[in-house]
Amino acid sequence: MKNEWPLWEVFIRGQHGMSHRHVGSLHAPDAEMAIKNARDVYTRRNEGVSIWVVEANNISASSPSDKGPLYEPSESKVYRHPTFFDIPDDVGAM
Amino acid sequence: MTSDEAFKQFLLRMGDNTLILGHRVSEWCGHAPVLEEDIALANTALDLIGQTQMWLALAGEVDGGKSADDLAYLRDAWDFRNVLLVEVPNGDFGRTIMRQFLFDAWHSIMLGRLIKSSDDRVAAIAAKASKEVAYHLERSSDTVVGLGDGTDESHARMQAALDYLWPYVGEMFACDAVDEQMAAAAIAPDPADLRDEYDALVGKVLTEATLTIPDNRFAHKGGRDGRMHTEHLGHLLTQMQWLQRAYPGASW
Amino acid sequence: MYAQMVQSEATEEDPAKLGEFQAKIDADIKIEPKDWMPQGYRKTLIRQIGQHAHSEIVGQLPEANWITRAPTLERKAILLAKVQDEAGHGLYLYCAAETLGVSRDEITEMLLDGRMKYSSIFNYPTLTWADVGAVGWLVDGAAIMNQVPLQRTSYGPYSRAMIRICKEESFHQRQGYDAIRKMAEGTAEQRRMAQDALNRFWYPSLMMFGPSDKDSVHSAQSMAWKIKMNTNDELRQKFVDQTVPQAEYLGLTIPDPQLKWNEDRGHYDFSEPDWAEFFDVIKGNGPCNVDRLAARNKAWDDGQWVRDGLLAHAKKKRAGKVAAE
Repeated sequence: MKNEWPLWEVFIRGQHGMSHRHVGSLHAPDAEMAIKNARDVYTRRNEGVSIWVVEANNISASSPSDKGPLYEPSESKVYRHPTFFDIPDDVGAM
Repeated sequence: MTSDEAFKQFLLRMGDNTLILGHRVSEWCGHAPVLEEDIALANTALDLIGQTQMWLALAGEVDGGKSADDLAYLRDAWDFRNVLLVEVPNGDFGRTIMRQFLFDAWHSIMLGRLIKSSDDRVAAIAAKASKEVAYHLERSSDTVVGLGDGTDESHARMQAALDYLWPYVGEMFACDAVDEQMAAAAIAPDPADLRDEYDALVGKVLTEATLTIPDNRFAHKGGRDGRMHTEHLGHLLTQMQWLQRAYPGASW
Repeated sequence: MYAQMVQSEATEEDPAKLGEFQAKIDADIKIEPKDWMPQGYRKTLIRQIGQHAHSEIVGQLPEANWITRAPTLERKAILLAKVQDEAGHGLYLYCAAETLGVSRDEITEMLLDGRMKYSSIFNYPTLTWADVGAVGWLVDGAAIMNQVPLQRTSYGPYSRAMIRICKEESFHQRQGYDAIRKMAEGTAEQRRMAQDALNRFWYPSLMMFGPSDKDSVHSAQSMAWKIKMNTNDELRQKFVDQTVPQAEYLGLTIPDPQLKWNEDRGHYDFSEPDWAEFFDVIKGNGPCNVDRLAARNKAWDDGQWVRDGLLAHAKKKRAGKVAAE
């Protein structure tokens, strides 16, 4: 399109201590206005304490066909999950 | 003038400014240049309506137990105490955002002083409102700069807006017997004392926006003392007050 | 609902890929923007999400019509917040459509020049304050019938937008009912406004679900793709069953002499709306079609210099930064 404002992806930290989460997108002429727009659009109900914006075309994404090689190996590493280990009840919470 | 009467006048000035400006900004809902801006303008209007409820509730309390709605919906134009700046029609988006900026700059400085008011109720309202207004000012400043220093057309429109609105700026700094009493009681500052800070702030932003402040220091007056509003206020009130006036006593 | 009579596109593609695609949908695996999808799925979704988004944006107008006349400060704030939410919902949906390859400006222009539609309901006028209540109660009520199941739709970005929308919408119908209830319990004049609003909005609300589609091939395809979750008749019946007791509670009369509880079916029997009127409105002959579209076009045209100005400034700023480095 001729003169369209770029698209930005918006990430918001909902509470202190949490990581930023993708909440949606919006249009803005530049990063500063994108942050302001994000405040107005995505925190109307006190949803955030910190906002990140990134221009959508700067995001590199894995392609769907990579799904196998990228993610499947970790599926076999079951020992990464706490429930893999049996802990005797007598030991208490761990 | 009794001190209660002066206090009431002061509260009406604060509350009527936010009431009328909030009303004007709300007229944009559904008609803004871009969705993001539509949503942002609505946030500003919502903040201003919320502030109105606080100021007018206190004014009503001082005025013998009236509600904020009584004051908003059942007074005629001559009893309104807002500055003329906030009642002028929206015009194009440029005039709306320039009016917002010129008001926000005054509003933020004023609220900054009112946080230290000797009256706890005033200080509490100012504390809440000043956070909202700090953001209004940030947003309107950025937009004024962006449009002033944008295309030739946006520059020309913003300059025209500034030229039209500038004569309405001076009234925000006028000082009368009400202000003197408020200042003496340390409830509110003398408005004239805010002017230097205002000129510095506004000058900085408008310079960045490549806009020229008109030389003329002439100031229209008559809003904050109710002596002579613009013709526009009456039309605004016929809309705003219509239901309350047409169906007296009904509860909504 | 906000997307009416969306026709599914036929799809002629590699049967193996189609089979895989359908298997994913049957297994409730979400389709994401970069995944392979049939052209028909993409096109139908763009049309459906776009129509939904346009409805939110045009839908601002009849309610915004009353913001400056709201009778109390609180009602004004609530209504403004509600109409602002509609703008937000339009924005989320446009962003979801954008992931399918159609930009905001492109899809906006399709609304403005009439290539794309919005819901018929927003071509009816709001004439009294009770209409604001009726729109929240009936129109949002009808929309929710459709939006709640759409949270489970197969397309990821659409589903996420619907989840956000449903979360925010929850107060909309309630504020409408609350506003009209206040009037139904008010003065004789207020009761009259409330009944009049119900009279005018009842059948247009039933039309929102679209004509019966139980034999429609398009609907069957959309339902297989899980971008349509229920038939129009199912949703309409559900809406009537839910709304009738709410009207009774208010002491208002649904303008349908045939309306009665059917013990055998366990549902209300009711009269069909006038479908000739519906098709007239769709064709552009509703009471407000011309004005609504003109308002959107004016906002867009008047806003051009603003969008251009802010973008020009952003480019200057970026150029300045690059030069300084």
